[in-house]
Amino acid sequence: MKSFVFRKKAMNILMIGLTGLCTLMTGAILFFFLGYLVSRGASSLNWAFFTKLPAPVGEIGGGMANAIVGSGKVLLLATLIGVPIGFLGGVYLNEYAGATMAFVIRYATDLLNGVPSIVIGIVVYALVVHPMGHFSTFAGGVALGIMMIPISVRSTEEFLHAVPMSLREAAIALGASKWKAIVTVIIPAAIRGIVTGTMLDFARVAGETAPLLFTALGNQFWSPGWNHETATLPFVVYTYALSAYQDWHRQAWAAGFVLLMLVLGINVTARLILSRGSYRPSGGA
Amino acid sequence: MATTPTLDRHTLPSGGRVRSFIKRLRAGEEAAYLLTLAAAATILLITSLIFYELYVQSALSRHKFGFHFLFTQTWNPVTGDFGALPYVYGTVVTSVLALIIAIPQGLGSAIFLAELAPPKISDALAFLIELLAAVPSVIFGLLGMYVLVPILQSSVVPALRTVFGFLPVFQGAFYGVSYFAAGVVLSIMIVPFIVSISREVLLAVPQEQREASLAVGANRWQTTWHVVVPYALKGIMGSIFLALARALGETMAVTMVIGNVPQIKASLLAPGYSIAAVIANEFTEAVGDLYTSALIELGLVLFLVTFVINGLARLMIMTTTRQGAHS
Repeated sequence: MKSFVFRKKAMNILMIGLTGLCTLMTGAILFFFLGYLVSRGASSLNWAFFTKLPAPVGEIGGGMANAIVGSGKVLLLATLIGVPIGFLGGVYLNEYAGATMAFVIRYATDLLNGVPSIVIGIVVYALVVHPMGHFSTFAGGVALGIMMIPISVRSTEEFLHAVPMSLREAAIALGASKWKAIVTVIIPAAIRGIVTGTMLDFARVAGETAPLLFTALGNQFWSPGWNHETATLPFVVYTYALSAYQDWHRQAWAAGFVLLMLVLGINVTARLILSRGSYRPSGGA
Repeated sequence: MATTPTLDRHTLPSGGRVRSFIKRLRAGEEAAYLLTLAAAATILLITSLIFYELYVQSALSRHKFGFHFLFTQTWNPVTGDFGALPYVYGTVVTSVLALIIAIPQGLGSAIFLAELAPPKISDALAFLIELLAAVPSVIFGLLGMYVLVPILQSSVVPALRTVFGFLPVFQGAFYGVSYFAAGVVLSIMIVPFIVSISREVLLAVPQEQREASLAVGANRWQTTWHVVVPYALKGIMGSIFLALARALGETMAVTMVIGNVPQIKASLLAPGYSIAAVIANEFTEAVGDLYTSALIELGLVLFLVTFVINGLARLMIMTTTRQGAHS
C-alpha cells in the first residue's frame, strides 16, 4: 500500500516535470532560432536595404527597395481580391445560408484552406501566367488572394456568429429590413473582430513564398505596373539564401528579419486590438 | 445552425412573387442577398477549379504512366520517363520523422499548459507559441540552412551515432542537408500547431470530469492521463493530422535543407528530395508538355493526400469541440 502511494506521488511529480520540460524545450528551441535571426538580421540591416536596388552580381552592397515595393503591391492586390470575397462569403454563411448550403460552403472553405500553397502556385500558373504568357505582379496577387479567402470567410463567420441574437431582434423590431439590420447593426458590432481576422490573414500570406515562385517570380529591377514579374521579400530571402555570395547571405538575413518583424508586428497588434473587447466566439479566436 | 429562424428571408411577407422580388431588389434586400451568394459561390468555384485544373492539366502524364507513376524511380526529362517514387518516399520519411519528434514534445507541452501550469503562465506561453506558428516557412528554411544544419553536423548527429550508430538509419556519410535535417525543421514548424490546438481541445474538457476524478482520490497526473486525455483524444488526434497535412505540403523549408537529390536511401542522413521540393525547383524550368504534366500530377497527388488528411482532422476536432473546427 505504502509503495503504491509512493509510486503514485513519484509519477505525478515526474510527469509534471517531464511535460514542463517539453514546454521549456518548445519555447527554448523557437526562441533560440528567432533570437538568432533577430541578432543576425538586425546587424545586417542598413539604410541602403530600404532605398537601393540590388547590386549587380558580384558587387557588394545594394538593397531591396524593389522587393519591398513588390511585396506591397502583391499584398495589396491579394487583399483586394481575397478580403471582399471572403467577407461577403462569411456574411452569406452566417446570415443567409441554410443548413445544407452552410455545410457545403464551410467544407469547400476548409478544403481550400488545406490546399498546400505550392499547389495554388501551380493552378494560378495554369490559369493566369500561361494564358498571359509571362509572370506578373497580377498573378502573384491572385495566388495570395486565393489563399486569403478561407481565413477571411471563417473569421467573418465566427465573429458575426458571436453577435448576440438580442441585437438582431432589436433591429428588426425597430422596423429595419434584414440587410439594413446586417449592415447597420450586426456588422458594426462584429467589425473589430473581423478587422483583426483580416490582419492575421494578411500576416499569414505576407510570408508565403511557394505560390510566388511560379507567379510573381523575381526581378532584379523595379517592376512597373502590374504586368511584369516582380521581386518580393519572401522570394528574395529564398533566392539570396541559396546563392553563393556572402553579401547576398547577409541581405537574406536582413530581408528575413524585416519579414519576421512585419508578420509578428501585425500579429501582436491584431491580438491586442481583439483583447480590448469585442463580441468574441466562445473559447477565444 | 447560424441563421436566425425568426428572421428567415422566406418568412418575409410575400405579395405577387415577381412584384415583391422587384420591390425587395429596389430596397436592396435581394441585391444584398445575391451579392453575398455570389461571393459564396465564388469560393465553391475556386475550390472546384483547383481540382479541375490539376486533373485536366495532368492528363498527359496520368494516361501515359498510370499508377506506375507513383512506384517507379526513373525521373528523366530527356527520355520522357517519369516516376515519382523518390519524391513520395522523401515526403513520407520527412513527415513521419517530424511527427515522431513533434508528437511527444507537442503533446507534453499542451498537457502541461492546459492541465498543470498556472493559468497565467499558461496563457502567456500559449500566446507566444501561437505567435511562433505565424512565422513564415521561408524563415524556417533560412534558419535551417545556416543554424540547424551546422548544429546537427557538429554535435547532434555524432551524439546520435555513438548511441544508435548500429541502426541502418544512422549510417553512411552525413553532409548536413538530408532527410534528417528536413524532418527536424518540419518538427520545429509543426510543434506550435499541435500545442495550440491540443491545448484548446484539452481546455474544452468539462470541469466535472476532472472534479469527479479528483474526488475519488486521483492526483493531478492520474486525472490528466486517465480522464482528461482520453476524453480529448479525438481532438488531439485531429491536431496531429492537421500538423501532418502541413508537413506533407510544406515546400520552402524542406527545399532548402533536404539536399534535392532524387534517390531512395535507408539512411536518414542521406540527402533526398520531396514532392513539394521538386515542384518548386523544376516547375518553371520544365520543358515540354509531358514534363510539366508530370509535375502537375505530383501537385494533384499532394492535393488529394492533404485533402483526405485534413478532412479526417476536421472531423475529429469537430466531434470534440465546435471551436476547434476552424482553428
